[in-house]
Amino acid sequence: MADDVLSIEGLHKSFGGLKVIDDVGFAVKRGSRTALIGPNGAGKTTIFNLLTGVYPVDGGTMVLDGRDITHVPAKDRVIFGMSRSFQNIRLMPHLSTVENVMLGQHARARRLGDLLYPLGFRPRNRWATAAKEALEEAGLETYPGQVVANLPYGVQKRIEVVRAMVSQPRLLLLDEPAAGLNQVEAQQLLALLEKVSESGVTLLVVEHDMHFVHNLCDHVAVLNFGKKIFEGTPAEVNDDPLVREAYLGSDTSMAGRGAAEGAADAS
Amino acid sequence: MSGYLESQLIILCLNVIYAYGIFLPAASGQLNLGAAGFITIGAYASAWFNASGVPMYLAIPAAMVFAATIGFVIAFPILRTRGVYMVLATFAFAEVVAGLIINLEFLGAAAGYPVDSHADYLVVVPVTILVVLLCFFLMSTRLGLAMRSIHDDEAVATLFGVDVRLAKVAAFTLGAALMSLGGALYAHHYNYIETQTFNVLVSIYILLYVLLGGTQTAWGPLIGAAFFTIVPEALRQIATASGQAWIAESRFIFFGAIIVLMMVFRPEGLVTRTLIDRIAMPFGGRSGPARAAGAV
Repeated sequence: MADDVLSIEGLHKSFGGLKVIDDVGFAVKRGSRTALIGPNGAGKTTIFNLLTGVYPVDGGTMVLDGRDITHVPAKDRVIFGMSRSFQNIRLMPHLSTVENVMLGQHARARRLGDLLYPLGFRPRNRWATAAKEALEEAGLETYPGQVVANLPYGVQKRIEVVRAMVSQPRLLLLDEPAAGLNQVEAQQLLALLEKVSESGVTLLVVEHDMHFVHNLCDHVAVLNFGKKIFEGTPAEVNDDPLVREAYLGSDTSMAGRGAAEGAADAS
Repeated sequence: MSGYLESQLIILCLNVIYAYGIFLPAASGQLNLGAAGFITIGAYASAWFNASGVPMYLAIPAAMVFAATIGFVIAFPILRTRGVYMVLATFAFAEVVAGLIINLEFLGAAAGYPVDSHADYLVVVPVTILVVLLCFFLMSTRLGLAMRSIHDDEAVATLFGVDVRLAKVAAFTLGAALMSLGGALYAHHYNYIETQTFNVLVSIYILLYVLLGGTQTAWGPLIGAAFFTIVPEALRQIATASGQAWIAESRFIFFGAIIVLMMVFRPEGLVTRTLIDRIAMPFGGRSGPARAAGAV
């Protein structure tokens, strides 16, 4: 399908005897904001790891923007237009904010001339300037030279998004972007992601905060024990009995911050 | 320049070159305890080329190419190991080199090998300065950024398109070339080499210079090598001058204590990224923006 930026079919992955992903298939429409939800251990992050090539697949195909990426090496997938953030922040602690963002540019700068360009000797080079502009757009202009290890959690979360964005992806994978953020930080992140989405980038979001999902996403896929149990709009997801049993809990009026706890009770 | 100062300057220069040879892989997270191996290869190769009629200024680069080729080839198996296993693998490599040469009659075997052409400090010092500049340049490039990223998080670096293996092999190979350069300069300065000179203690000291100096910036190996070359020698001088022989005798106790204290108080090395930002040096760490941020 031409208007799918990502389509997954018959995906399988086992760790030893444990089937973590069992015949999962779904498509992500171009320009959509799709959420991937489900209880802990359902296989959401594993799907991200299969998509980005951290693990090889046991079966199935993944097509990104019309090109089969199932067997493309991890280091080359970013070139095909896919980038991600991580569940636990994985910025480079010893690099500054700008340097972390410049790492995101790496996929576009792999020629020998680019690799040997002295970024550090020329502080106003086009790469650093572009990185600083990306930070400014995200409202993070006050921290460019600081080593990221000392920055607030919410700021680091947004830097991760900026780093992923400068690789100029068509599909952005976000692994629990709102986890651990307070209300204000979550709002700032939401604003940033809406801006990203409006620029034409498709979002695929793993998230437990159903409030956040309802605010951001227009499409939801639900996983449970490695299988897809539902796909539809966020409005429909609350009414689906299977999803309520597996994840949201029986009291759907609580489909906000209590959702994760409800899931724990249900299982 | 007095003979004593010149001899100390040469030792300092050689240690700085060796240190950068270990620093390049260390900056991308690889611990190399095989310095002695590459130094030996550089020294013997250059000496042999020189003895075969190749002038010194060609023999040294030829020795570097030779050592780099060996480094490139062994990089692939060695880089499959990690952490302490890589330390052991590189150490074993150095032992193999020493074992080979001590059995090669045409390189003098256990009797040592005399070297024809002489390189005085007018050669050694400028070459050292070039090496330092080259390494500062390299660390400022995108390749340097990729190497530092690999040091922090290899998996994430890969996901952003960094060819981790290429960067690691490049760092290891370049490091091998630099160490062999140091070895070649040693050979041509002292005009006599034997394998016992380049023993495991040499490898350990050089790795210590780098780890204690700091692997985050190109300042680390420079400061580390200078500090650990000058301080023990200065203690010896103080002992001689003051007539207090116990200082000279116990200087290695001081030295050991300094190493322990540094591991406690500066586990990431003497020179860290944050320290450079704080001093706001003009280059080496992108400190301009840091100052700007500090002013806001």
